[in-house]
Amino acid sequence: MKKLLGYLTEYRKECVLGPLFKLLEASFELLVPLVMAGVIDTGIANRDQGYIIRMCLVLVALGVIGLACSLTAQFFAAKASVGFAAKLRAALFNRIQSLSFSDMDAQGTSTLITRMTSDINQVQNGMNLTLRLFLRSPFVVFGAMVMAFTIDWKAALIFVVVIPLLSVVVFGVMLWTMPRYKQVQAWLDRVLGATRENLTGVRVVRAFGREESEAAAFQEENNGLTHFQEFVGKVSALMNPVTYILINLGAVALIWVGALRVDGGMITQGAVVALLNYMSQILVELVKLANLIINITKALACANRVAAVIEFQPGMVSPAGGEAGVDAGVAFDHVELTYGGAGAPSLSELSFSARPGETIGIIGGTGSGKSSLVNLIPRFYDATAGRVLVGGRDVREWPLEQLRNLVGVVPQRAALFTGTIRENLLWGKETAGDQELWQALETAQAKEFVEQKPKGLDEPVEQGGRNFSGGQRQRLTIARALVRRPKILILDDSASALDFATDARLRQAIHQLDYRPTVFIVSQRTSSLRHADQIIVLDDGQAVGIGTHEQLLESCEVYREIHESQFRKEGRQ
Amino acid sequence: MKQKAKKGTLKKVLRYIRRYRFLVGLSVLLAGVSVAATLYIPILTGDAVDKIIAPGQVDFAGIGSILVYIGIVVGISALAQWVMSVINNRVTYRVVRDIRNEAFHKLQKLPLRYLDSHPAGEIVSRVIADVDQFADGLLMGFTQLFTGVITILGTIGFMVSVNAAITLVVLVVTPISLVVAAFIAKSTYHMFRAQSQVRGEQTGFVEEMVGGQKVVQAFGQERKSMARFEEINERLRKCSLKAIFFSSITNPSTRFVNSLVYTGVGIAGALSVVAGRLTVGQLTCFLSYANQYTKPFNEISGVVTELQNALACAARVFELIEEEPQVPDSPEAFQLEAASGAVRVEGVNFAYRPGQKLIENFNLDVKPGQRVALVGPTGCGKTTVINLLMRFYDVDLGKISVDGRDIREITRKSLRRNYGMVLQDTWLKQGTVRENIAYGRPDAALEEVVEAAKAAHAHSFVKRLPQGYDTKIGEELGGLSQGQKQLLCIARVMLSLPPMLILDEATSSIDTRTEVRIQKAFAKMMKGRTSFIVAHRLSTIRDADVILVMRDGHIIEQGSHEELLAKNGFYAELYNSQFSTV
Repeated sequence: MKKLLGYLTEYRKECVLGPLFKLLEASFELLVPLVMAGVIDTGIANRDQGYIIRMCLVLVALGVIGLACSLTAQFFAAKASVGFAAKLRAALFNRIQSLSFSDMDAQGTSTLITRMTSDINQVQNGMNLTLRLFLRSPFVVFGAMVMAFTIDWKAALIFVVVIPLLSVVVFGVMLWTMPRYKQVQAWLDRVLGATRENLTGVRVVRAFGREESEAAAFQEENNGLTHFQEFVGKVSALMNPVTYILINLGAVALIWVGALRVDGGMITQGAVVALLNYMSQILVELVKLANLIINITKALACANRVAAVIEFQPGMVSPAGGEAGVDAGVAFDHVELTYGGAGAPSLSELSFSARPGETIGIIGGTGSGKSSLVNLIPRFYDATAGRVLVGGRDVREWPLEQLRNLVGVVPQRAALFTGTIRENLLWGKETAGDQELWQALETAQAKEFVEQKPKGLDEPVEQGGRNFSGGQRQRLTIARALVRRPKILILDDSASALDFATDARLRQAIHQLDYRPTVFIVSQRTSSLRHADQIIVLDDGQAVGIGTHEQLLESCEVYREIHESQFRKEGRQ
Repeated sequence: MKQKAKKGTLKKVLRYIRRYRFLVGLSVLLAGVSVAATLYIPILTGDAVDKIIAPGQVDFAGIGSILVYIGIVVGISALAQWVMSVINNRVTYRVVRDIRNEAFHKLQKLPLRYLDSHPAGEIVSRVIADVDQFADGLLMGFTQLFTGVITILGTIGFMVSVNAAITLVVLVVTPISLVVAAFIAKSTYHMFRAQSQVRGEQTGFVEEMVGGQKVVQAFGQERKSMARFEEINERLRKCSLKAIFFSSITNPSTRFVNSLVYTGVGIAGALSVVAGRLTVGQLTCFLSYANQYTKPFNEISGVVTELQNALACAARVFELIEEEPQVPDSPEAFQLEAASGAVRVEGVNFAYRPGQKLIENFNLDVKPGQRVALVGPTGCGKTTVINLLMRFYDVDLGKISVDGRDIREITRKSLRRNYGMVLQDTWLKQGTVRENIAYGRPDAALEEVVEAAKAAHAHSFVKRLPQGYDTKIGEELGGLSQGQKQLLCIARVMLSLPPMLILDEATSSIDTRTEVRIQKAFAKMMKGRTSFIVAHRLSTIRDADVILVMRDGHIIEQGSHEELLAKNGFYAELYNSQFSTV
């Protein structure tokens, strides 16, 4: 949390000037009654019309100065809080970008996005309010109390009783409601979840004709939320009436004590009126303060959530320096991988080596560890035991950027980014020219459909590439990886959306690449792998067979079973 | 134009509130009571103070009875305040609840065309975040607007009763405050809009980058995306600064106008006292009322800003609620019981966007129990055919009929109940395994559910889940592999086993060994049932009675396996490539 305040240093000046001008304004406001008292005591008593008008001009002047101070304060507060929030967002985004894959898995993307958006907005509001009001309210409360004591300390003792009582009520209600507001928020999240679920599953819902019951379930959840909100609202609505009663009881006590004191000749009638005025001033400020504290607590909770991410220590360090290797051989040496929080390892005792230019096929059932295996090569995750070697060197000794520059990855989920086709492809290599891009597209079997787009390479890509079909997206992500002419190419089940003809042409084209990358192909189809130099058959994180298609058909039962399920002889069924 | 739209929104909001008009009336009444009491107390206090004149001149008995009186008035006022708050809470939350329920109901009726073309996140944010913002504004409006207005009216009444001439001064000066507030609110509305636009842009960018983080890192794009972020962030900073600063001007400005009112009363009052038309006591009273009177204006101007925002949010929800729903089933629509499964497609034309023709003159005659295989590269539009069969979309021209009836004359529900659908996109509800399998028949007995699970080869893994069939699953809970989810989706259809099937042979996400069993289950299901299969496997394709070959959204070839091979067209190319060597 303290660290967050570091992002405020650039606005140190604004943070001092904002509250300062606010205090100035408050002081000018406190002067107004004095001037008016002058009008009554001097102007009216002496029937001095000139004095009255002069004093009223003074009031206008005070108003103008007050306005100027206030605007200045608001400006500084806005500038500091908005600037602070912007810096926080940038710092947070920067930190998120440096999180490793396992860190991301642990955090979850959706909470990161909420922290980035609504949490930081809350922090910004809280900061703005704090700068504007946090000094002002205690200043007025304290000032009014001091003034009361200077008038008559015995009568002022009532303040000493009433203020703590008020605080107990104000803060008591706050303490009760705050955790419940959190529950309200959690409930709202559930309502949100129900809405999202309904939208993503709209086809299933309608196919099964469950629209009404979905709506009924939603209504029930929504009504529950409403009832709970009303219940919490009832209690929190107690705050104002109860404080109102307290302050008036205080006033009643003041009048009674005042009456006794006046009767004893200790104070005047005017002093009683003054004391009453201070009492009501305190009430106003205390309520403001309570609201302020609610907002600040909210903001603090959000700030802590933001700070938790910013202060997060990334689990992966990239060593500096070292020169790039040229050899793109890959070797696994007794590798084990257990994901954080998982009980059993996803990969265990895995050893194999791939020579530069070889094609390695990886096959196995769902959850058998295929993606885990390839994710270790560009060091998206660190092996929990054993070593992964690229170019004969442990990946943990490679500078991360150099290592990843060597590898072209085509992930399982074909993710494209808003922009144009060209911009997406340039991710592979920023300096690539058109010819290189077309070459990559051709290899990826994407040339034809890109050519058919009205704007060709400059065809816009919408968020996530949703204006392209699944197969087109996959081919574009393959082209993106090929643009950099990687030494190691990883295709993580990335042809799943392609038909067999395109898939075959794709494999052929990759096989004929002149720079001969080492290729890792993860697939569910034996037909995609049969020409690989080595095929690794995974079952539950273990390699149950390594060899060529023919060897495995001979020796590996799992492989044979997979193969036969896909190539049943005609008429067998 | 915009003003008009805003007024329209306000009218709609009022329509929702009308249901609670009794409560709202009561709330206004209570506001009146509490304000009157609040305004009356200074007078009582003043009376009490007047009885404390000097030593020996204190009327303790009189003071005592006034103090008791104050106590009673305070009690009434406090009670009125509390009940009013409770009512305001209730009305607000119920209005919001009604709007949300209606929005959700609307979602069930919107055509797929709308839902497919709007990102789920955007719709969710309308139903949740916008409505929430609206609630905040509405609540604030209720609590502060009523009391504010009544306080103003009450104070004017009390002031007129003291001195009409000076009241006039107050009344002339105060409109300035309203004008200033209105002017600021109007100009900040645009700034807030600009701010939320840039904010939306930033959220979109962050979502995309964080969602695709793995790719960003794999391609070392961190610095570039940071630069892009910084650029948007800086724009957001500037927009926010403007919006926040200008909106925060409102309060000081109206306060300044108030101090002018105060001064005006001071001059007029003091001069009147000098002229002998007013007493000092009355002047003091006037000054305190002038303060009372102007304070609500500050609040109201704040409320106005808040309400602006609330209305903007409400407008977004209403947009959703007023969206054109799908054409409702006609009252005489036919209730399709157990169809025999004869499906006829006659001269169908269809396009998602007008002008972008996809399916033209599509004809197909499927006899009960026949199998239709949809073949073609991914993204070629196989789902379009499913969309039309299930009537997720209506055809533009021609007709589709089941058992000789145009499906537009059949109720949607009964039509869809005759189809069993297993899509590649596995959607499960938040809930137990049992609830999910019984999704199509919530009243199914546990034995039936287990039977369906066994038929779908899901039983063995469900058994091993921590709470078996009562294990909670769902989108966010995870814990199930893609393949297991798929098995549950199959079990879901197995339970009701309608006469027609739509299956997507998803090969990419299911364990190959399990897949063999699923194939068997599929075969069992398809026996005697009309089936439409998005086919990836040769055996399925070969066994099909009709093969629809699709490409780029169009159906380019149609026929049996042999016919199509003989044609030597796109299908032949596809088929032969399966055995081509690398």
